[in-house]
Amino acid sequence: MTPLLSVQNVAKYYGARVGCEGVNFDLYPGEVMGIVGESGSGKSTLLNCLAGHLAPDAGKVLFDTRANGMQDTVTMSEPERRMLGRTDWAFVHQNARDGLRMSVSAGGNVGERLMAVGARNYGDIREQAIDWLGRVEIATDRIDDRPRQFSGGMQQRLQIARNLVTGPRLVFMDEPTGGLDVSVQARLLDLLRGLVREMGLSAIIVTHDLAVVRLLADRLMVMKSGQVVETGLTDQVLDDPQHAYTQLLVSSVLQV
Amino acid sequence: MSDPAYNFAYLDEQTKRMIRRAILKGIAIPGYQVPFASREMPMPYGWGTGGVQVSAACLVPEDTMKVIDQGADDTTNAVSIRKFFENTAGVATTEKTREATVIQTRHRIPEEPLTEDQILVYQVPIPEPLRFLEPRETETRKMHALEEYGLMHVKLYEDIAQHGNIATAYAYPVQVEGRYVMDPSPIPKFDNPKLEMAAIQLFGAGREQRIYAIPPYSKVVSLDFEDYPFEASKADHPCDLCGAEHTYLDEVIIDDAGGRMFVCSDTDYCGERQADGHRGRLSPKLEAAQ
Ligand SMILES: Nc1ncnc2c1ncn2[C@@H]1O[C@H](COP(=O)(O)OP(=O)(O)O)[C@@H](O)[C@H]1O
Ligand SMILES: [Mg+2]
Repeated sequence: MTPLLSVQNVAKYYGARVGCEGVNFDLYPGEVMGIVGESGSGKSTLLNCLAGHLAPDAGKVLFDTRANGMQDTVTMSEPERRMLGRTDWAFVHQNARDGLRMSVSAGGNVGERLMAVGARNYGDIREQAIDWLGRVEIATDRIDDRPRQFSGGMQQRLQIARNLVTGPRLVFMDEPTGGLDVSVQARLLDLLRGLVREMGLSAIIVTHDLAVVRLLADRLMVMKSGQVVETGLTDQVLDDPQHAYTQLLVSSVLQV
Repeated sequence: MSDPAYNFAYLDEQTKRMIRRAILKGIAIPGYQVPFASREMPMPYGWGTGGVQVSAACLVPEDTMKVIDQGADDTTNAVSIRKFFENTAGVATTEKTREATVIQTRHRIPEEPLTEDQILVYQVPIPEPLRFLEPRETETRKMHALEEYGLMHVKLYEDIAQHGNIATAYAYPVQVEGRYVMDPSPIPKFDNPKLEMAAIQLFGAGREQRIYAIPPYSKVVSLDFEDYPFEASKADHPCDLCGAEHTYLDEVIIDDAGGRMFVCSDTDYCGERQADGHRGRLSPKLEAAQ
C-alpha cells in the first residue's frame, strides 16, 4: 500500500535554533498519528511544515495527490499547494479565532470551503451546513449566528465542521482541545473519535495531552527538542515507553 | 482658455505618462487592479481624485467632457470637477451624454448607450472587492492571482441568510472576461448589465492608488447563485417627469406632508425625453393643455 503522506528528513530552523530536525515517518490512509512532547519540543513547527504553512529548510513531504500520485508538497507550486489546502487537506487550529471567520455566520463558515471549490447553489450549501452543524452537535437554529456568540467548545466544533465538510483526505490538528475546560474537552474528544471512525479519517494530531492521543491515535511520535525520540503504536508507547523522556512524560512528571 | 499657470489638464507630462501606462496595463488585463503612484490633487480624497487623474491622463484638447455625480451634472462635486478641467485643460464641456468624448462619473452609468468613441471614467472609493472579509492586502492579492474567489460567494451567502435575498444593491461584484473579480464602484446593481458596452471603462481609486479597466465589449458577469440569480432591480415606478419605465430612479421628497416623487437619476436623459414630449405623472400640465 502507498502511504498517503511520506515525511523524509524534514528540518526547520529558526536562525540557530532547531524547530524540528530529521523527522521521518509514513502515514497510511485511515491512520491517525499523534505527536506528543512538552511545550517547545517542535510539534507545531513540524505540523506547519507538513501542512504547507511553513517551508522546511530540508527534507521532503510527499503526498499522494489524486491527479499525479506522490508529489513533494515542499517543491510544488504555491497554487497547487493552496489548492490542496482547501480540498484534500484540512487544518484545525488550537485557537478557533485562527481557523474561523468571526464576522461570518456559522453557516457561512461551514459553506466557505464548498464555495471555494465551486458550489453555486445556495439551497445545497445551506443543506450541507445544516447537516454538518448537526454532526458536530450545534443546534441548527444557530446557523445564522456568528461564532463570536459561541462558547469555546462550540467554536472548536464549528471549526471541525468547516474543515470536514468537503471530505478532506488528511486532517491536521494542532492542540484541538487545548484551552478548553476539561468537561468540554471530553465532549469534543468523543465527537472527534466518532468522526474519525465514521469517516475513516487520516489525521495528524499534535497535543501535549496524552489522554487525547490515547483516545484518538493509532500511532504515536514523541518529540523532544525538535527531534523524534520514540515512535510506535500508541498503546505500546504509552504502556511500555522505551526512551527515558517518554517514561518521564508518561509518568506525567513533564505534563503541563 | 485654460490657465497657462498649469500644464494641460493640471498633471505634468511625466505623471500622465505613468498613469497612461497603468491604464494600458489595466486594459490589457481586464479587471486587474494596477497600482499607480497617485498624486496630490487640489481636492480632498473622496472627491474623485482617482477619477480626475485618470481623466487628466486621457484628455486631449479636442475632447468634450461631461461630469456626473449620481447621474446629475449639477451637483457640487460634478460642477467643481467640470470647472477644474475647464480651467486646467480648457476643454469643451457638456451635459449631453451623446456629445461627450470623456465622461467622468460617480455612482452611475448614463442611461444612453455609450459608443466606441467614448471613454467612461469612474471614481472609485474602495477598489478591492475581497476587502470586507479579508483585510490583509497580501492575501487578497494572492487570491486574485490564484483565482480563489470563494469568499465573494460567502458574502452573497451571508446576504441571503440574513435578508432572504441578495441585499447588495450597490458595488455589486462582477467577474470580467471570466477571470478577475472586480468592484464596479458604488453604481446601483441596476447598472451592472450596462458594464458590457462599446466604450472604454476606466476606474480610478486615488486614496488606494489603483487603476483598473473594462475594455469595450468585454464579458462582465454579476456573481450569483443558481437558485438566487442576479437581478438588475430598480424602484417599481415610472419616472414622474418623463414617464420612462426603464431608467434608474431617485426618490425625492417634495413637500412637508411626506409627498414623494420618482425621477430619473440621469438628469440629461430625463431632460431629453421631456424635450421630446414624454410626460410623467407630475409633469407640468401647461404644455399638455396648449
Ligand atoms: N516563529 C518562531 N521564531 C523563532 N523560534 C520559534 C518560532 N516558532 C517556534 N520557535 C521555537 O522553535 C521551537 C519549537 O517550537 P514549537 O514548534 O512551537 O513547539 P511546540 O508546538 O511543541 O510547543 C521552540 O524552541 C520555539 O521557541
Ligand atoms: Mg504548539
